[in-house]
Amino acid sequence: MRMPSRREVLAGLAGAAMPRVANPIVVGFLYNGPKNDLGYNQSHVEGRQALGSLPWVRAVEEANVPETVAAEESMRDMIFQDRATAIFATSFGYYDPFTVDMARENPGVQFFHCGGLYEEGKHPKNIGIYFGFIDEVEYLSGMLAGLATRTNKLGFVAAKPIPQVLRNINSFTLGARSVNPKATTKVVFTGDWVLPVREAEASSSLVDQGIDVLTGHTGSPRVIVQTAERRGVYGCGYQFNQSSMAPHGFLTGAEWAWGTVYVRIAQMLHQGRSVTNGAIPRRLAGTLRDEFCKLSPYGPAVTESWRARVASAKAAILDGSLEIYRGPLRTNNGGIAIPAGKVLKIEDVELDRMDWLVEGVDGRAGG
Amino acid sequence: MTRTEAILVPLSAILAAMLVFGIFVATLGVNPLLVYGSIYKAAFGSWYSWQNTLVRASPLLLTGLCTAIPARAGIIVIGNEGAVVVGGLGAVVGGLATLSFPPFLSLTVMVLCAMLCGGLWIAFCVVLQHYRGVNAVISGLLLSYLAIALMNQLIEGPLRDPSSLNSPATYPLTPDHRLGYFSGTHIHHGLIFGIVACLAAWFLIQRTTFGFAMKVCGGNVRAAQLSGLPVGKLVAMAGFLGGASAGIAGMIEVAAVHGRANESLNAGYGYVGILVAFLARQSPLGVILISLLMGGLLASGGMLQRAHDLPDATIAVLEGILFLFILLSDTLYGRFRFPWVRSGETKADAVAV
Repeated sequence: MRMPSRREVLAGLAGAAMPRVANPIVVGFLYNGPKNDLGYNQSHVEGRQALGSLPWVRAVEEANVPETVAAEESMRDMIFQDRATAIFATSFGYYDPFTVDMARENPGVQFFHCGGLYEEGKHPKNIGIYFGFIDEVEYLSGMLAGLATRTNKLGFVAAKPIPQVLRNINSFTLGARSVNPKATTKVVFTGDWVLPVREAEASSSLVDQGIDVLTGHTGSPRVIVQTAERRGVYGCGYQFNQSSMAPHGFLTGAEWAWGTVYVRIAQMLHQGRSVTNGAIPRRLAGTLRDEFCKLSPYGPAVTESWRARVASAKAAILDGSLEIYRGPLRTNNGGIAIPAGKVLKIEDVELDRMDWLVEGVDGRAGG
Repeated sequence: MTRTEAILVPLSAILAAMLVFGIFVATLGVNPLLVYGSIYKAAFGSWYSWQNTLVRASPLLLTGLCTAIPARAGIIVIGNEGAVVVGGLGAVVGGLATLSFPPFLSLTVMVLCAMLCGGLWIAFCVVLQHYRGVNAVISGLLLSYLAIALMNQLIEGPLRDPSSLNSPATYPLTPDHRLGYFSGTHIHHGLIFGIVACLAAWFLIQRTTFGFAMKVCGGNVRAAQLSGLPVGKLVAMAGFLGGASAGIAGMIEVAAVHGRANESLNAGYGYVGILVAFLARQSPLGVILISLLMGGLLASGGMLQRAHDLPDATIAVLEGILFLFILLSDTLYGRFRFPWVRSGETKADAVAV
């Protein structure tokens, strides 16, 4: 367990000392895994904790809620037993049919779903969608991997070949190759989000093949980073800060910063705004610039000169001079991914349908 | 075991489990009585909570039978999860192939496909054990992993709806080809399937020749063979019926809950079903009772997190303790002699002295 920083402790004390108002806004959070997975779920829990600084919000939460009728029942309980007026459904699988049905049944409650595909006219108006584009952070993380590797072989343990995962593999590889054109990324798909044993085996076998920087995209790449440390290679995290798993070999990682989103939505709710009347945007999407995601703190192996290179790339991303999906980009089987002269902005919907792996990736995008 | 004992033994096991769980909760700094109060309120306290309980119990009725029926024929099946998954896949294929049919016909096809897939899946396990000596416990468990891999392969490959980008799923069923809800409630019609299946299983086991023959196989295979019963066919049929029940659970997930097949088919109902069957001592009527109890526990899991700030695993701990005590009570039955009980046996000893 990471010790809280001085600032966090002070913020917590301030929150505890602040008088709770009589009629707080009650918001309910659902997570589909444990709250301390050091991964996706914990990133949302950390985001929810940011609400602790707002005295007029009371957050209730349920962890390990499966993507079945249980999700529907949990939302209903929060609405009827705790009088929640806003629900945050953090897992992708909660959207259709559960969030959609519950929103239809409770038009007075605002529903916020992470990453769902809202269909205008078909889905009720009291649903808001929030999500982040983390590709640029993966790119920066990949840069450090490219700088750190001596064998020029990077390893990526991924859950499923879906667009969101392919985007991360590609942006990580693009980042690595931007500083080290000889670097290649070998991808292994495990087939599911939480398979710690298989993730450890895949990580270990990648190290056996001469890979010296490991990262991944699963529910929590905790095991991947941990295996990297045990095998004496570098590790880059994802979803949440995994530096505690690799005190020596941790480089950095791409992590979510949902607190930004939750505080912003809570403030809008506090002002009496709602998604239903359009005063809260239907889609709240953000990037590194919007602080929806961030780079994990650097590990001890990261040198000053590497930091400087990442910092200048980050500055270029923030001022818009560096677009990571800039043509010409070739796919790893010789096709054209993005033609010369074409630049895809990170919010471009074309990227949401990504079905290719970029040149330099050793792996197959098809299932 | 006498009739009173058959009720008293599990009941005291449950009470003992509740005591131990109470101590566990107390060590977490929460008053156990308040926790039990919350569990009761969230599970059975009102019509609202009853609905929550019934919704969660309905798949367990069917997955419980998947272990309970073959157990009567003497085979321990724990491959329920696999049967749920292949049942759901069979149902979605059947449903998508019959979208042009009238809804009732299409739903019937879905049920039959689900029963066939789930049934053959478990019958295969049972047949492997009976004819080839492969332990059904092991094969069932391993086959569940195969079923999940098969599901991932199908929903990410040939059956995939290309518009399901980040959450691979099959094409959806049309709304009129789905199971509905009891009006004014949030309970879907899947509950009927569960209750009817349990009652039918009870009738089959207790009131028919087939059920009797099955129980003979379960009691003593040698005796069954000597009396000329077709043991192989009987156990295979028991496996098929168990698997078919779990298959229907998968069909209900597809037809009533999701409207399509996706990775949520593998939500753990099969594993909880094993627990249900053992707690119910493999009796179909017991499965109804225990499913309600488990449904209630699952329904109260959220309340414990929200009202008492207990960890999400608390309900799983209670389930585990319950399971342990019920199994212990079975194993230890008859091994203790209480000085204050004057049973027939001790009286006889006294006379002999």
